[in-house]
Amino acid sequence: MSLKKITSLYIDGFKNMGRLGKKLWLIILIKLFIMFAILKLFFFKDFLSTKFSSEEEKSNYVIEVITTNKNPEK
Amino acid sequence: MNGIDMSLVDWSRGMFALTAMYHWIFVPLTLGLSFIVAIMETKYVRTGNEEWKRITKFWMTLFGINFAIGVSTGIILEFEFGTNWSNYSWFVGDIFGAPLAVEGIMAFFLESTFIAVMFFGWNKVSKKFHLLSTWLVAVGSNLSALWILVANAWMQNPVGMEFNPDTARNEMINFWEILLSPVAIHKFLHTISSGYVVSALFVTGVSAWFLLKKRHIMVARKSMHIAAVFGLLSAIFIAINGDSSATYVAKYQPMKLAAMEGLYQGSEGAPLVLIGILNHDKEPGDDSEDYVFALKIPKLLSFLGYKDFNAFVPGINDLVYGNKKQGIIPSEEKMATGKKAIRALAEYKAAKKNNNMAEAVKQLEIFKDNYKYFGYGFLPDKKSTIPNISLTFYSFHIMVGLGFFFIFLFALILWLLRKGTIEKKRPALRLAILSIPLGYLASQLGWVVAEVGRQPWTIQDILPTMVSTSHLSTGNVQITFWLFLILFTTLLIAEIKIMLRQIKIGPKGLDESKKERR
Repeated sequence: MSLKKITSLYIDGFKNMGRLGKKLWLIILIKLFIMFAILKLFFFKDFLSTKFSSEEEKSNYVIEVITTNKNPEK
Repeated sequence: MNGIDMSLVDWSRGMFALTAMYHWIFVPLTLGLSFIVAIMETKYVRTGNEEWKRITKFWMTLFGINFAIGVSTGIILEFEFGTNWSNYSWFVGDIFGAPLAVEGIMAFFLESTFIAVMFFGWNKVSKKFHLLSTWLVAVGSNLSALWILVANAWMQNPVGMEFNPDTARNEMINFWEILLSPVAIHKFLHTISSGYVVSALFVTGVSAWFLLKKRHIMVARKSMHIAAVFGLLSAIFIAINGDSSATYVAKYQPMKLAAMEGLYQGSEGAPLVLIGILNHDKEPGDDSEDYVFALKIPKLLSFLGYKDFNAFVPGINDLVYGNKKQGIIPSEEKMATGKKAIRALAEYKAAKKNNNMAEAVKQLEIFKDNYKYFGYGFLPDKKSTIPNISLTFYSFHIMVGLGFFFIFLFALILWLLRKGTIEKKRPALRLAILSIPLGYLASQLGWVVAEVGRQPWTIQDILPTMVSTSHLSTGNVQITFWLFLILFTTLLIAEIKIMLRQIKIGPKGLDESKKERR
């Protein structure tokens, strides 16, 4: 399959998509927006990366947590 | 444990369970329906019969709805690893990262590329290339499930890794040992075939509805035939595979096996409970009866667990209090060993910080000698090694009961189809429709057995759940829990509404030019 054919497969596919297909794509886009632009950005930050910049700091923190059973930040 | 906020642990567990269970509503249908559609399209390509094309397109549309709504719901779980389970995520290191990365690449290339051909390519590519694409979507979806299940199996039976005390991470030393671990292979096969049964029940149930409504009769009969054969083979396979999985549970997670059976006092030639009601006043170590009522098959549990009718199966009491005769170490002894390992790790880090290399080497030796029971050192008391018995026991027995019911149902449907009387057997058709939610229930219960039954561990014997969570505020976790509940419930309602509407339209709506043959 040539690149032109592959491109036209996608273009024609999206152009001729029925109501159901459009509705499903809308749901996918809204869902991805909620997941990445809202949930990931505001609610699901990587816990260790927000507190430490280096791998060594992260490992020291985890070792301290698991060996003392305490939150070192408190 | 004084430093651990148990309400935080419970909410984090609740949120993970919620998202995993919602995610698992969408996945099984993708896994199985993709193969059913591929089989239908193969029929079309081989026979050239346009009726098969119409059937394929109808089920492909339902597959597309499920795929579109379910796609990327699993990403939420990966978000949670980094946010809510950061200690765990750090601790497992590349064991989890590598399989998930492979999953991402495979899912993207196989599914995303060929799914476009599947839906857009009907008049654009040759029949054979289209068929190949449909099969590749099916294989791709199932292969993406492989990697996450390999990661899960590693947590149940951690092999092929080595803990690095300097980084506090597990490092992969043998990829093949992780991938080809018998626990991983059995888990993968058991899980995907449960998806096949769910899908077969879905196709059978929807077809039964058409027959009850006297609509699309030929489409329904043909679809039902393929689904019932596919479902029967898958359900029989699950029963056989479940039997061999029991061997590995007995070997690596004996407490889970004891919980699945509600077995407190171990014995040689242990019976298998067929149907039972647990004695809910029962406490580990007391003399009261395990069950209020139980119908048992003698010696079968010993055989299932150890392939020997007279083998000793340890009960909860044996595992908690130990059993010298059987060489089972008491939990308290394992806890003492674990505490030594934790202490040695702390001393090792301190010695390295102070450049005291002799002390560091000494502590490292102590750590390595006691690492086997590292996780036990975190447990507050010996009884915390016991999972929720009722939930595990009832989930397991309902799942197994439903599994055998599905074998009966598919066999019945095939028999009625063969006799040519299926349309007249309205109770059987109603039973097939009612079995759609039962398939989902059995599949979800399987996960409950796997995940609740292995508590208190995230990584068997090495890391307990209570130590795996991030130090977040419980309030934050509660907010995200409710957000997810709203998001996933909305998605589920959308899926059901769109799916029902499309089923009502039926295959006719996809090809108006064809007159329905009745």
